[in-house]
Amino acid sequence: MTAPAEVDQPVDSTDVDPETPWVVIVWNDPINLMSYVTFVLQKLFGYPFEVAEKLMLAVHYEGRAVVSNGTREKAELDVFRLHEHGLWATMQQD
Amino acid sequence: MFDRDRVKRKGRGRYQVRLRPTERILVGDLVGQLREQLLASTDEPSVRRLFPPAYPDDPERDAGYQVLTRDELLESKLAAIDVVERTLDGDELDEAGMTAWMGTLNSLRLVLGTRLDVDEELPTLDADDPLAPAYAVYEYLGWLLSQVVDALSPDLPPPTTDARGGPI
Repeated sequence: MTAPAEVDQPVDSTDVDPETPWVVIVWNDPINLMSYVTFVLQKLFGYPFEVAEKLMLAVHYEGRAVVSNGTREKAELDVFRLHEHGLWATMQQD
Repeated sequence: MFDRDRVKRKGRGRYQVRLRPTERILVGDLVGQLREQLLASTDEPSVRRLFPPAYPDDPERDAGYQVLTRDELLESKLAAIDVVERTLDGDELDEAGMTAWMGTLNSLRLVLGTRLDVDEELPTLDADDPLAPAYAVYEYLGWLLSQVVDALSPDLPPPTTDARGGPI
């Protein structure tokens, strides 16, 4: 992503509930603006700004972050909504 | 380089994009080209970035996902382009209209950035470099998009989800 931002603690991947089988991953890309990615994560998932920003920074500095999880159907819908917003999102079984 | 005055939040859910005449022509041209590309084929390399795989390691499942979603994704992008074209002259926008601008500007950046194969650090080009105009447009679109994000951010609904994905 573009535009520099302050480094923050990355979100630990253990934040994901181990009971749920599918995870939605957003991958870093050099085009999407950091402010835009943060906004989209707030809008789509209802995250507070601070959580959305941490996820965005994890995407930026670690190359990827798990942004949601759930059943296959829910994950697919989340991926679709992220694709609607131009983010590079995939899903996989955890 | 630019004044940050193109996107105005006039009140809750009320916005306006005030482009200068040359910018209206530029954005109008770009969205017209994007519509043509999308209508020609969603499999062309130029627009494939707008239709990513959901299951990159499972071609069969991904084909199913693409069948389910491709048309809807295409329709929403075309509808958003229509909104931008209709409101290029600075008409007042509601939240859906401003969101259509946001999505379209981002699509334009994705398509152009993919074509330029941009890196996070943009190169410093001489003014007579043949790629200089395209990079200038790319930077302009990012500048405009960041203003749209700033305008929409105050109108996000209150957060509902904590860091673990649970309700607040």
